[in-house]
Amino acid sequence: MSSVIRVRHAAVSYAGREVLRDVSLDLPAGEMWAVLGSNGSGKSTLIRAVLGLVPLARGEIELFGVAQRRFRNWSRIGYVPQRIGAGSGVPATVGEVVASGRLARRGAFRPTRAGDRAAVRKALVDVGLADRIGDPVAVLSGGQQQRTLIARALAGEPDLLILDEPTAGVDADSQEAFAGTLRRFQRRGGTVLLVAHELGPLEPLIDRAVVIHEGLIAYQGVVPEPAGYHAEPGHDHVHPHAAEERPGICVAPTDRVAN
Amino acid sequence: MDLFQYDFMVRALAGALIIGVTAPALGIYLVQRRLSLIGDGIGHVALTGVGVGLLFQQSPAITAVIVAAVGAVGVELIRERGRTSGDLALALLFYGGIAGGVVLVGLSPNRGNANLVQYLFGSLTTTSGGDLLVIAILGVAVLVAMLVLRPALFAVCNDEEYARVSGLPVRTLNLLLAVTTAVTVTIAMRTVGLLLISALMVVPVAAAQQVTRGFRTTMAAAMVIGVVAATSGVVAAAEMNTAPGATIVILALAVFIALAVGGAMRRKARTGARDPVATEPTDVVLHG
Repeated sequence: MSSVIRVRHAAVSYAGREVLRDVSLDLPAGEMWAVLGSNGSGKSTLIRAVLGLVPLARGEIELFGVAQRRFRNWSRIGYVPQRIGAGSGVPATVGEVVASGRLARRGAFRPTRAGDRAAVRKALVDVGLADRIGDPVAVLSGGQQQRTLIARALAGEPDLLILDEPTAGVDADSQEAFAGTLRRFQRRGGTVLLVAHELGPLEPLIDRAVVIHEGLIAYQGVVPEPAGYHAEPGHDHVHPHAAEERPGICVAPTDRVAN
Repeated sequence: MDLFQYDFMVRALAGALIIGVTAPALGIYLVQRRLSLIGDGIGHVALTGVGVGLLFQQSPAITAVIVAAVGAVGVELIRERGRTSGDLALALLFYGGIAGGVVLVGLSPNRGNANLVQYLFGSLTTTSGGDLLVIAILGVAVLVAMLVLRPALFAVCNDEEYARVSGLPVRTLNLLLAVTTAVTVTIAMRTVGLLLISALMVVPVAAAQQVTRGFRTTMAAAMVIGVVAATSGVVAAAEMNTAPGATIVILALAVFIALAVGGAMRRKARTGARDPVATEPTDVVLHG
């Protein structure tokens, strides 16, 4: 089967420090992979490099069999960032944010057509937010905002979804909604690469886990069982470094929610 | 009304109409990107362009638009680097712009404070027929670009990384915004003045979003508020013999205050009528 993402010896440096040192992987079409690792392991850097948002210091990346530098077919990729964009000085409705997802397909100049509006509505139905289409995104909960971002990616009808920590700080209902959306996407033939701190209800969907540690792949295979401190029933999963990254967000105790 | 028997009043009003609708249509993207003060900075830089024009006896409008556009592109390139020193670089550029302008105007043959004040705060009598034609052509061009490219500009200003992954020409769109900001500053220079044009880009947007829920409705409402403030400001300035730019901005601020108070009262009435369930804060997710 052909690789949707092919990474060869990728290395990324920020200000002289190598965050990603030597990572290679082949994500086959139709599979759902999770990149796991602690904060600062380089897992988010890996997907940012795949998306072309950070330059490679070494190595190469192919998307759908095309070298990333020459790749232009961005409508095949749906990107779901960790949180709603920083630039939100002006109110925007859920429908307007999701409609941005059509731009990869229709370009900057072609006006909106009925097909675009239908795709937006379909994506919102998929994530269970169809009734919120006219509401400002700012009044939604964190989980609903994340679902809005997934809908934005789905609206472009991509073949590959790349998600950065989709379940971080998200309520249990929204996590279940995510799992359903990703299951349906995969059933339609879609390929998924997601970065996660912990998998929660997504775990049964994952075909393969890639664990990144200090910029290298430490493990690749079936999803590892939680071990040690993380597996203890009383473990409340509030990490000091997590608070530093996302002030004001309670990290979901997904290991207990799943039970 | 008697005022309109004067040609200069008709021209000032026509200019205000075009600027009143164009400035907020552009300003909404600047506000969305949290760059509300950028128009002010570009206005400072444009003053150096005015100085160059007066010194070399060229049309100040043309030299101002060129210098402002160069400054705006420079600011955008600094912003793109995303370094913290960008803030300081912007400050240096802006102060250099206004100081250079004042010095150049002082060196020019037809110097005089009255001349400088006209460019800084606007004047009813300075808009010539030729100026009005330039204002109309450039204003319509900016307005069409802002309306036609709304989805793409919205995407870039809302989430630049996502726009890049969507394959949008992010840099081109950012530079387009920079250049149209410079153009808008320059065409508004005659009526509103370089020091207050930024207010006409930002205040109508701030006023509109007190009562709107979406981006498109905010844009439409801001354009209406901009036109009403600009045209009634010109008339009021003529009646009261005040500077038109300042009068326009005071009116726009009055609309902002009225809508802010009205919006707050409406929200209070609505939540009071319902059960006292607090809406869930955006950033906090509660677990049962």
